[in-house]
Amino acid sequence: MNRTLTLIAAEDHVDNGDPTVLQLPNDADPLAIEVCLDDVERIDLDFPKFTDGRAYSQAFLLRRRLGFKGDIRATGDVLIDQLVQMQRTGFSSAVLKEGVDASAAQRQFDRFAAFYQGDAVQAAPHFVAAPETASEPSA
Amino acid sequence: MYQYTDFDRQFVHLRAAQFRDQLERWQSGKLAEDEFRPLRLQNGWYVQRYAPMLRVAVPYGELSSRQLRVLAKIAREYDEPEAEVYKHALATQGKLGTHKLPTHYAHFTTRQNVQYNWIPLSKSADVMDLLASVDMHGIQTSGNCIRNITSDERAGIAVDEIADPRPFAEIMRQWSTLHPEFAFLPRKFKIAITGAKEDRAATGWHDVGLHLVKNEAGELGFRVQVGGGMGRTPIIGTVLREFLPWNQIMNYLEAVIRVYNRYGRRDNIYKARIKILVKAEGQRYIDDVEAEYKQVIEHDGAPHTITQAELDRVSASFVPPQLATRVFRSAEATDADLRAQAADDVMFARWLARNVAPHQNPALRAVTLSFKRRLQAPGDASADQLDTAAQLADRFSAGEVRVTHDQNLLLPWVHAEDLHALWLNAREAGFASANVHLLTDMIACPGGDFCALANARSIPIAEAITERYQDLDELDDLGEIDLHISGCINSCGHHHSGHIGILGVDKDGKEWYQVTLGGSDGSLLSGAAQAGKVVGPSFSAAEVPDVIEAVLNTYRDTREAGETFIDALRRVGIEPFKAAANGARFKVEVAA
Repeated sequence: MNRTLTLIAAEDHVDNGDPTVLQLPNDADPLAIEVCLDDVERIDLDFPKFTDGRAYSQAFLLRRRLGFKGDIRATGDVLIDQLVQMQRTGFSSAVLKEGVDASAAQRQFDRFAAFYQGDAVQAAPHFVAAPETASEPSA
Repeated sequence: MYQYTDFDRQFVHLRAAQFRDQLERWQSGKLAEDEFRPLRLQNGWYVQRYAPMLRVAVPYGELSSRQLRVLAKIAREYDEPEAEVYKHALATQGKLGTHKLPTHYAHFTTRQNVQYNWIPLSKSADVMDLLASVDMHGIQTSGNCIRNITSDERAGIAVDEIADPRPFAEIMRQWSTLHPEFAFLPRKFKIAITGAKEDRAATGWHDVGLHLVKNEAGELGFRVQVGGGMGRTPIIGTVLREFLPWNQIMNYLEAVIRVYNRYGRRDNIYKARIKILVKAEGQRYIDDVEAEYKQVIEHDGAPHTITQAELDRVSASFVPPQLATRVFRSAEATDADLRAQAADDVMFARWLARNVAPHQNPALRAVTLSFKRRLQAPGDASADQLDTAAQLADRFSAGEVRVTHDQNLLLPWVHAEDLHALWLNAREAGFASANVHLLTDMIACPGGDFCALANARSIPIAEAITERYQDLDELDDLGEIDLHISGCINSCGHHHSGHIGILGVDKDGKEWYQVTLGGSDGSLLSGAAQAGKVVGPSFSAAEVPDVIEAVLNTYRDTREAGETFIDALRRVGIEPFKAAANGARFKVEVAA
């Protein structure tokens, strides 16, 4: 799949208290955000450990349910093997954890052209987007 | 069986390539050990007590003979530890009393998968390529994600079937495969689906249990149960929907799992399963799921609604196979032949009664090949035995087998008139123990001989009970009994749901066994799913066979005519059984 996710080196990710940037802890309910999302340009979602998958659901809800159009950024324990699923759940940028070698990142996006289920980017699952016909399966 | 499309096939090959890339980055130090672990787990690679273990996904238990032969090849050529590893394993287990650790073997699990215990990680990517060559993989057979979906071993052939669950299982398999949002859930997530009246898939014990049902209007849908599970806190799933239209199942599961992903506990591994969330939150969890489902439908546009076209496409793979045409013989003539053959040979008669089940097609039968016999652990199969099973599948069952929840193989398409020939072949192969659903058809996990989590060994306990109960007359007289053995509280051997459950526990570094009575997997025989009750303090390994014997003797003394073990236990209550079990303690001291 095409990589649309922007990769950001750890040192280039600055938190200067910009009021248009919202930082959401991963136990927060995105549907209960009280600020007007129109005034927000970027929302940072945190992965305290890469095995903690709450931020995937947060990103999905922000993108699909709330229609947030700004930048959704993955921060924290961000490794290259999770980048594809980050993009698919609605993230638009990711700050690689310090010391992570980005050289193998692109081929993770190049590998799978399509997936079975719909996601935050493409809502329709494979069986709707590219339906197979019953007569087609090869033996 | 489901026929892979080019898309499906390419997907599995790409997954194998992805795993090779990850393995190589780990080997070259570019991927840290703890970064690689969840990736290998989601491809089925654990690291166990002495060596890695591979769990291969067998979607809803269905295997072709071609796939079985590749599983045999993997056992033969790859299931072999490095010499040092094996030497260490034998020396360590030898101190406990295990002197036999089979290599070049595969093992059937209660979740219908296949496991290998000895393949070195350095060969893992080659094995994944080999699996991909026959449309197989280890995707999501481990890790905190949606695991392989299990089903009724008689799916599509059961006489009590409302609808075939396999097309739905396959559609859900595809939906759950590499789901981007649900790859790092709080804990593992297991789904079981059945389409028959009888529950042969222990659905009440799953994170999600699905029953195909028809409503009053005759429409097909699912009864949806959520939050079952074993482990430290055995809980039976709560019914969230008595009827959900069939085409909405994935939209609904999306809501079920999204709420779990957001609110399931992540601070304590023992409280992270969805059962704890459902139990703690109760109606609030259900309300959240229903609200989220409403949003998935109304706001998101119900994107994963199963189309009729997709159901039709997938269902086309599950039409009964073309069987070789036979000279027409009436059912009466075939039955008469079988009766005559059975009258000739009591062993064949027993096998017919125990291992052969009726079929939707009256000319066919479902036949269980028993992998419960002396000298081999329950559910274990050597490379040669896997090849032999493939031959039997080709000759007698349209090239198809099913791995059963009870750790056997089932041949789903056997002509009634071939039963005698099949029996002769199965007997020669050692697959014809006429013990299906009897005491020795027990469930057991690999336990402390292989598993790093186990507190005690399971296999020697299974072996001791198997040795004691070799008399088929006695086994028949005892009737249908579910004996389930787990080597630790993770409950892979489903001890909670056994009529008799045995759980390995560790006390001061020694192996002890807790015995429970009265559990149920939810089958007609066993009644509504429930956990067994502990009979008392745990027993030593040496005491266990005597304890089992004391419990079974109590059954023989108390039963009424035709009453099964579980019915007798329920009628008279646990106390006399408990007293008998505890009376079998301290045998040595009493004898002295």
